[in-house]
Amino acid sequence: MVYDLLIPTAIIGGIGLLSGLGLSIASKKFEVKVDERVGMIREVLPGANCGACGQTGCDAFAEGVVEGKCKPNACPVGGQEVADKIGEILGVKAEAAVVKVARVMCSGTYESCKQKYEYSGIEDCAAAAPLFGGPSACTYGCVGLGNCKRACPFDAIVMINGLARIIESRCKACEKCVASCPKRIIKIVPKSNEYTVACSSLDKGAVVRKNCTVGCIGCGKCSKVCQHGAIEVQGTLAKINPDACINCSECIGVCPTGAIKKYKCEI
Amino acid sequence: MELFYIVMEALSRLGSLMTITISALLVKNFVLSQFLGICPFLGVSKKLSTATGMGFAVTFVMTIASLVTRLLYNRLLVTYGLEYLQTILFILVIAALVQLVEIILKKFVPPLYRALGIYLPLITTNCAVLGVALLNVDVGYDVLESTVYGFAAGLGFTLALVLFAGVREKLEYSNIPESFKGLPIALISAAFVSLAFFGFQGLLGI
Repeated sequence: MVYDLLIPTAIIGGIGLLSGLGLSIASKKFEVKVDERVGMIREVLPGANCGACGQTGCDAFAEGVVEGKCKPNACPVGGQEVADKIGEILGVKAEAAVVKVARVMCSGTYESCKQKYEYSGIEDCAAAAPLFGGPSACTYGCVGLGNCKRACPFDAIVMINGLARIIESRCKACEKCVASCPKRIIKIVPKSNEYTVACSSLDKGAVVRKNCTVGCIGCGKCSKVCQHGAIEVQGTLAKINPDACINCSECIGVCPTGAIKKYKCEI
Repeated sequence: MELFYIVMEALSRLGSLMTITISALLVKNFVLSQFLGICPFLGVSKKLSTATGMGFAVTFVMTIASLVTRLLYNRLLVTYGLEYLQTILFILVIAALVQLVEIILKKFVPPLYRALGIYLPLITTNCAVLGVALLNVDVGYDVLESTVYGFAAGLGFTLALVLFAGVREKLEYSNIPESFKGLPIALISAAFVSLAFFGFQGLLGI
């Protein structure tokens, strides 16, 4: 009677014990060493896995920082706060993180920019763009079907009147939109840089004027008025160098078409 | 003459093993005909690469589990007349094996380990693995047959997973009505794949 109970218990218990022993030996033998700092850094990261740091996700970034492959301040989403925390964990002083923001280098809404034809295909910029350069008369401008809006993990892009607008307070400069735009008109710039030429057209001035009321015609007035040498007209398009610009607002006053835009600085 | 009998014996043995293999692979495919192991079938079949990895992990566990459980059943349980312990013993063995696979994968194939995620420990409770161990006993296969059956069942699982992952990768690019997106269309297509496998019914006369 006792044996009826003892033998099954011994068998199950024995096998359990044996496999437990085997497993613990295996786990010691095949142990994977993980730096505990990786976990700590992973904790302070935002966890959006957006890939803006250039790594595949927050886990990879945490590993990269510990291994020295990534800079502690390379997370654009977390910004200074996260950089400081990572610096604390690693025991180094983090360099100041430059806060960046995405800007759409186009101002052509339905009103200001003419339409070549009426597009009725699927709602996708990349699908519309190859059709004669998109429905917009300007082949360089915003297609307006919202690929960037759908790509944005932070809900920071709105489509207003056929033009993508970025809500700068939400933008984390993760560059998802940059990659999603078939016209490549979204650029990442320092947030402290208030003035931007919101046009990407490389057409000649007359052509730009014909198509769009707010395009840069390359007249060069801004470049002449700028006392800091921050504006250069390349071909028929003015470009503001963010490093030299001091936000003096001279250029915006002389621009005949209003292609230079002021973006509110919130930091 | 004696040699002839030995050869014939070996051939008929091989033939029965082939029958077992094809039966487990196609006719009685664990996922698509017996509906075992549906959880990982739906969970890990989004990408072809992870589906293949999961399939081979399950195949490995199934083969070893069949062999070990069959041996334990024959040597221990039958000897002591404790056949009623089979379920709990099999679960114990399978759990230990899955842990072993997990440790090995974590060490040697970290990308696969990360891709499989929660589904790897879930092989423990995958009814297909326990099912193959219990079926071995039910049908009365011997040790070699059990191992082959386990291996073939694992391959069948892999086949089902890989086929379905291919279907789902195609689905990603199809224009599906809003209400069918995601799991609903996956379940519908799973039904069609399963229906296709019913075409093997009657093959081999089993």
